Amino acid sequence: MSTTVSPSQSVPAQTAAAPLSGVRVSRALIYAALVIFAALFLIPVYMVLVTSFKSIDQVSISTMWNLPTSFTLESFQRALEKLLPNLINSLLLVVPATVLSAALGSMNGYVLSKWRFRGANIIFPLMLFGMFIPYQAILIPLVQFLQTIGLYGSIGGLILVHVVYGLPITTLIFRNYYAEVPDEMIEAGAIDGAGFFGLYWWVVLPISLPGFVVVIIWQFTQIWNEFLFGVTITNTASQPITVALQNLSGSQIVEWNVQMAGAFLTALPTLLVYILLGRYFIRGLLAGSVKG
Amino acid sequence: MNRDRVTAILMLTPSVILLAIFVYGFIAWTGYTSVTDSNLRQQLRGETAEVVGLKNYEDLFTGLLNKRFRVDMTNTVFFTILFIVACLGVGILLAILLDQKIKGESVFRTIFLFPMALSFVVTGVAWKWLFNPTSGINVLPTVIGLPAGQFQWFISEDRWLPFNWHDLGFYIALILLGMALLFTLWQWSKKRSQWAAFGAALTLLLLAWVTLGDPRSITPIREDGHGFNVALIALVVAAGWQMSGYTMAMYLAGLRGISEDLREAARVDGCSELQVYRRIIFPLLQPITLSAMIILGHISLKIFDLAYTMGGGNNLFIDMPGINMFFTTFRASEFGRGAAIAVIMLIMVAVVIVPYLYTQLRSETHL
Amino acid sequence: MRSSKWFILVAALALMLGVFALASAQDAQPSGDLEIFSWWTGGGEEAGLNALIEKFKEMYPDVNVINSAVAGGSGVNARAVLQTRMLGGDPPGTFQVHAGAELNTLWVAADKMEPLNDLYEQNGWMEQYPQGLLDLISDDEGNIYSVPVNIHRSNVLWYIPANLEEWGVTVPATWDEFINETCPKLQEAGVTPLAVGETWTQVHLWENVALGVLGPEKYNGLWDGTTDWAGEDMTQVWETFGKVLDCANEDMNALTWQDASRMVIEGKAAFNVMGDWAAGYFLVDNSLEPETGFGWAPAPGTEGVFNMLSDTFGLPKDAPNRDAVVAWLSFLGSAEAQDIFNPLKGSLPANTEAQIDDSELYNAYFQNAYEDWTSNTIVGSLAHGAVAPQEFSSPFNDVIAGFQESRDVATAQATAAELAATTMTAGSE
Repeated sequence: MSTTVSPSQSVPAQTAAAPLSGVRVSRALIYAALVIFAALFLIPVYMVLVTSFKSIDQVSISTMWNLPTSFTLESFQRALEKLLPNLINSLLLVVPATVLSAALGSMNGYVLSKWRFRGANIIFPLMLFGMFIPYQAILIPLVQFLQTIGLYGSIGGLILVHVVYGLPITTLIFRNYYAEVPDEMIEAGAIDGAGFFGLYWWVVLPISLPGFVVVIIWQFTQIWNEFLFGVTITNTASQPITVALQNLSGSQIVEWNVQMAGAFLTALPTLLVYILLGRYFIRGLLAGSVKG
Repeated sequence: MNRDRVTAILMLTPSVILLAIFVYGFIAWTGYTSVTDSNLRQQLRGETAEVVGLKNYEDLFTGLLNKRFRVDMTNTVFFTILFIVACLGVGILLAILLDQKIKGESVFRTIFLFPMALSFVVTGVAWKWLFNPTSGINVLPTVIGLPAGQFQWFISEDRWLPFNWHDLGFYIALILLGMALLFTLWQWSKKRSQWAAFGAALTLLLLAWVTLGDPRSITPIREDGHGFNVALIALVVAAGWQMSGYTMAMYLAGLRGISEDLREAARVDGCSELQVYRRIIFPLLQPITLSAMIILGHISLKIFDLAYTMGGGNNLFIDMPGINMFFTTFRASEFGRGAAIAVIMLIMVAVVIVPYLYTQLRSETHL
Repeated sequence: MRSSKWFILVAALALMLGVFALASAQDAQPSGDLEIFSWWTGGGEEAGLNALIEKFKEMYPDVNVINSAVAGGSGVNARAVLQTRMLGGDPPGTFQVHAGAELNTLWVAADKMEPLNDLYEQNGWMEQYPQGLLDLISDDEGNIYSVPVNIHRSNVLWYIPANLEEWGVTVPATWDEFINETCPKLQEAGVTPLAVGETWTQVHLWENVALGVLGPEKYNGLWDGTTDWAGEDMTQVWETFGKVLDCANEDMNALTWQDASRMVIEGKAAFNVMGDWAAGYFLVDNSLEPETGFGWAPAPGTEGVFNMLSDTFGLPKDAPNRDAVVAWLSFLGSAEAQDIFNPLKGSLPANTEAQIDDSELYNAYFQNAYEDWTSNTIVGSLAHGAVAPQEFSSPFNDVIAGFQESRDVATAQATAAELAATTMTAGSE
């Protein structure tokens, strides 16, 4: 499997063929490059953490790269104070919206992959287009629509919006996932007398767990991180955490330590999901490019 | 089985109806709003908006007051190009590095990909602090005793590559001229004298147009100075930091899909490692590059949160159409004009996405 | 004795009535949620609002006050949120709005506000508020639509006296003096002559340059159509503004107004033109004494003119929990509330019954400013919604941002002139 001449044990023959020192040097260069890139990628993390553990009088220009002289959780406390209601809003939003859009996506994916019908080839791409549009293009009617049905400014309205605009990606992921399920399994179930729902319940759903994990992680991350809907169709009481964080950074006296602590708090849930379930996260990521 | 098929369609129907309303219905509604003079004052008073035709669009491209929109278009073009180049470059580099049987590969991969899990707002807040010209990254060199950096990052007012939308017609004419010339030479070299003569005539005609005529006059866009705003570099760095892990993941998946046999065969044929990449691997990765370009491109065309968090909405050097739409609609309360900006954004994205969706779904054989 | 029996009866009745009255008063006590929408999220403003809310809660313990403050300089973000909410049919209980065009041309013109004349008469405010201020918050029929909490002055030039002495400069009386004498001298000494912040502070600076160059009469003419935006006077305004910006810090777009004020405090810059909310910043946040620690003067060329703005709160139609809102507004307009709020926020009380002479409450700056308020020519602020409708002021931000970058006088003047021509008529309907 080795691609370059490798000093590792896997391909000893090649190692012997190549001049040893050159190999070592190129391996060292590869690792050096990776370490440098990793360090560059981690700079913002370092800065966010270092700043958020400082008290406000320690946050000064000349020492901003230094470690805090004394660790304090003061900024986290202050950030949490300001962001807690929004953190709760985000949770209240994310959980139902994720579950609903995953459930609907699973059903849609099942229909589109196993119950192909005339016109599906037109309907599916039309549905899919919905995940690429700039949401500005639907924002003005959306606000008016939500106020007409009385959901403007509420978390309920935000849930509805995220479910609807989450449908294309969840449908896509499930459709591709179920496409891998052999049609024979469905046919076998059908012979046993199962109908549309029976097949879904007894055959498809039991093997859907990995699909659900991918979709749920993806939707959780997307909805948690979303900003545009959060800032336009909520009121102060229902704002999700990203909007509150942005307000924190736009506030008049810039307390960088509190802001950084706020940024960290906002990032924490999705980061945890990513670190714990990264494999599935990447699958959702790649599904976004339609075929992956 | 037939009844089940009906059930299946019925189960899909709610989603289809929802998307029909929320995507296509609303787009149509926005399209209609964009040809009216709808604004907050009218709506608050319960008056109906008047249809004004394409006036909003005309204003955006030619109005003295709407320079901001033309700045945004310039920024979008430069940002999109740089963002895609940065993400593809860093992404493929990281993917190739990680493909070398690296110990601790998963750790590196985790590090390169974690920004994808963050909100653009978080990225914006963090990088705004890092880009603060009097602190942040600029101070980093002083840690090892070097002088502090002087780059102003996202508040830089420098502008390179001056250009003017109004000159677009001129550039188009030049490109046409060049194409005609090449066509002539090509036909001439093939000894097809008739075609060559036709090409030469066309070339002369275009040359006359460029020199004697005024190709600029075909561009219906107001003449005001634009250029590459250096402040965009800050935005590219932040966005690239967030998104290049994504291209890395795509490339890595692609690299893992290339069988080792193929590489081995090439090596046996005497290809050096570099040639293996150039002749075998890169060509095989081309479809991925295209996918990545389109995904990244549509993200950059509609970028909002990141630029808004970093620029706060008034920094025109990193302003984007998405922010302009937001402010025109929700601050200046000019719904008609906001809708027009939204429609233009949609068209830009659709031009990229629709052909992509078409080819992606068409080429599906297994479904 | 009969009379004593009667007395007892009457007393008992009176007592019962009293109890009933008390009980019913208890019933009339507003309760429920009261949402107060503002952009007071930092420093003295936040402290002032919190002190008001605290006092209000003492008076009406059953009301649950929700402080919906939206961050973002000068209320830009807050207004965006407010508009969306009002359009969404979801008004807050009461919201902060600048007196003048911002209130009249939008909310009142759209018939979204309840007149408050009854409230004014019940509380005797008709006599307690200056007529000029009442005019700003009334329509042509004399309906009053909001309750002013404070008065701010926009045209103030701030400095640190000791620093000026050290650098050997004096307070410039005109913008010409600033550009030709003060600025070069300071630049030679390596000091930034003028500290400026993000775009809205540049608009704020612009209005005071315009006021200084034009004088109050022509400045007012900008808003009633008698001064020609394309005329020579305005060319001079833009030229002067460009030269003033040349004397300012280059990183202005990255700074908040506090950052700009801090440049003055830290001795990096000599002057700063900012509204007198900056007094609170100098005094409270940086513990500087008025007159000795920090100094002020009218912005160059504006001696004898008071460029004002006022924060007010109104009662939107269909406000949730109207009773609580009315109770809040009654409290807000009282001299007592204004004496709680203004010393903390750092502003003048709008109610003339307030204890302005009490130096415990109002420091030397405010006593001085109050004198000017009552004796100067009054004009209204552009940057803070007093004189121009939002259709003008919001795109004008872009004009200033564009000019700040290009310093192109002709374009900026032409753009502003066109903007004025297309939007200012809308404001005067």
